[in-house]
Amino acid sequence: MTKSNTAPFDDSQRETLRAIAAAMIPASEESQLPGADDPTIFDDILASTGRDTKALADALTMLHSTVSGDLSALRSAGPGTVLERFRSENGATAAIFELAISQCYYRDDRVMRAIGMEPRAPYPKGYAIERGDWSLLDPVRARGKIYRDAGEGKTA
Amino acid sequence: MTAATNDPVDVLIIGGGASGAAVAWSLADTRMRILCLEQGDWVKTTDFPSTGRDWEARQFGDFSVSPNRRGLPEDYPINEDDSPIKVANFNGVGGGTILYAGHFPRLHPSDFRVRSLDGVAEDWPINYETLEPYYAVNDQITGVAALEGDPSYPPKPAVMPPLPLGETGALLGGAMNKLGWHWWPSDAAINTQIYEDRAACINLGHCLSGCAQGAKATTDGTYWPKAIRARVELRTRCRVRRIETDDDRMATGAYYVDADGVERFQPAAIVILACNGIGTPRLLLNSASEQFPDGLANTSGIVGKNLMFHPYGQVRGYFDQQLDGYRGPRIGAWSMEFYETDASRGFVRGYCYQFTRGLGPVVNAVSGMADGLIPWGEGHHAAFRRLFKGSAGMVSICEDLPEEINRVTLDPTLKDSDGIPAPKITYRLGENSQKMLDHSLARGIEILKTAGAHDITVKAPMPSAGWHLLGTARMGHDPKRSVVNDWGRSHDVRNLFVVDGSVFVTAGGVNPTSTIQAIALYVADQIKSRIHNLFD
Ligand SMILES: Cc1cc2nc3c(=O)[nH]c(=O)nc-3n(C[C@H](O)[C@H](O)[C@H](O)COP(=O)(O)OP(=O)(O)OC[C@H]3O[C@@H](n4cnc5c(N)ncnc54)[C@H](O)[C@@H]3O)c2cc1C
Ligand code: SF4
Repeated sequence: MTKSNTAPFDDSQRETLRAIAAAMIPASEESQLPGADDPTIFDDILASTGRDTKALADALTMLHSTVSGDLSALRSAGPGTVLERFRSENGATAAIFELAISQCYYRDDRVMRAIGMEPRAPYPKGYAIERGDWSLLDPVRARGKIYRDAGEGKTA
Repeated sequence: MTAATNDPVDVLIIGGGASGAAVAWSLADTRMRILCLEQGDWVKTTDFPSTGRDWEARQFGDFSVSPNRRGLPEDYPINEDDSPIKVANFNGVGGGTILYAGHFPRLHPSDFRVRSLDGVAEDWPINYETLEPYYAVNDQITGVAALEGDPSYPPKPAVMPPLPLGETGALLGGAMNKLGWHWWPSDAAINTQIYEDRAACINLGHCLSGCAQGAKATTDGTYWPKAIRARVELRTRCRVRRIETDDDRMATGAYYVDADGVERFQPAAIVILACNGIGTPRLLLNSASEQFPDGLANTSGIVGKNLMFHPYGQVRGYFDQQLDGYRGPRIGAWSMEFYETDASRGFVRGYCYQFTRGLGPVVNAVSGMADGLIPWGEGHHAAFRRLFKGSAGMVSICEDLPEEINRVTLDPTLKDSDGIPAPKITYRLGENSQKMLDHSLARGIEILKTAGAHDITVKAPMPSAGWHLLGTARMGHDPKRSVVNDWGRSHDVRNLFVVDGSVFVTAGGVNPTSTIQAIALYVADQIKSRIHNLFD
């Protein structure tokens, strides 16, 4: 996993990030899915912010002060909420949150199984793909040549 | 400059990517002493993201396509603030092929004669027939998977069977048939069977972050092992700072910083540049001297100018049925329906489509949220599932016309980790390219609707898709309008050659690497056949 070497955030930044993770990808009982604030997933998120750590830390501090430390204001991302406004005004930073959270959420074993994937790296087993039926190309063949002749012979 | 001086070589190649490897291999049979200096290292296939559970995350880290994002010691920074399209490359043995998709079309015959046929830009001094034998050799060494008989090209042989169509190819191919439009399995630099000791593709779907299986033809696995067996020396972690010339306006060799940070001078009788469409003009401009105050080989004043990228349009849609998803190479089939000029479209020249399969779960989530199709909060899971199982689409690869205002210059302050001035790119989308992009998006939507897609999204130009770096040291007969002649030799410096994408006169509307390598093989043959009067 892409781990950063130092614990990157202070307590308030960490709790703000946890609130955002839960608001972005909440747990679903119906689909039997954990939320992105699940302890295992959240630890992975904290350890994997890599090149985006500084941008995230700055945004977390900003959001924490916007809600004056009242993290319950970050619980929802629906219309009229702080998070909705943050997303519309700071698209690029919101995208960094989306990447930081999704990249760990969607590699969790439970989540991968739930979305129909085997919880494994692609290599070395790989995957299978249908070879297909080349007779589908018959109409293309029947139409014949479509490139332009450019004239001239060999040069140089 | 005080620097340790190495033993001289006959040929110094700078850059060990797609073209550097090809020219090295071809020249090896001369038994000259050949050395290649490459700023990056060999890549280990065990390091590639697809070997780990964090396979998708790492494509945004050390294996990002953006050198500015990677920021590794072997990368050099690029000031790209003044361009809507950002540079994508890889600096290491294999160059851009390490991360390329392996889409391997040739240019078309008409691409070499755009002035004569369409009244724009300039004709190339060489043509399709000149390059045809070199395309064929390159296909063999690379191992190209293809289906013979594509009516959008003159006949060309296939080295091995084509990539599988998959559910995606069949679906989109069916839509193209309904519309009566051309499509065909793409020529691919991907093994569909074991070829020359390289394994067959197992559909990892992660070609753009390196192929752990070794099925994708990258020059560290194709040309380089052969060239090294034939005694070419490849020295890694060696970054060239400048090329030196003497009073006779001949190159004498190059200064470089070696892996230990030591400054060295490498004398050479012939210098060949293979640093790509950004790295080559950067090096020429960094090699300015009293004799060449505007940069080496730049009496024309056009080194760095006429940068062409291929603006990309992306059209993606979602289907209710299960498609290939994240499985399989990112490429599969192409369409050349809109490739040749048709004046009624309101622009000249044209584009190809490269059909694309689905996305991995992380990219599905991230792009779905960016496109407003997957919400934060309630509804996230249902929307994710709806998009995940059946996503497919295409990118259009649009021909960019050469314009002098699109260019590579030296940034006045930015430097790489060795203190060498870094490049700055200035680029804006031309009117013709914009019209072409718009056309390609509209037709792409039509294709996806015909195939039954919903939630269609478009993006143009794709900001991260500056991976085709062309035109910045172009070839031509006229020394006032070109940097190298019709066989790759500098007009100004008679023992200096350029073999990378910089020499393109126009861009065509397809991915360039097979042509870049064919040109490198052709220039090597010219050097060999003219060896007795090479500097006349
Ligand atoms: C993500 C991605 C996808 C792509 N997909 C496709 C595709 O499907 N089909 C296709 O045709 N093309 C594709 N390309 C483009 C393809 O990789 C390039 O066209 C090709 O690699 C260019 O070849 P080149 O020889 O011009 O330069 P490169 O392959 O870029 O090689 C240049 C080399 O020079 C070295 N170098 C530069 N400066 C110095 C210096 N000062 N000293 C020493 N060494 C130096 C660099 O480290 C590098 O290794 C893709 C590229 C990327 C990044
Ligand atoms: S899809 Fe094939 S070529 Fe691409 S990474 Fe996987 S094995 Fe390699």
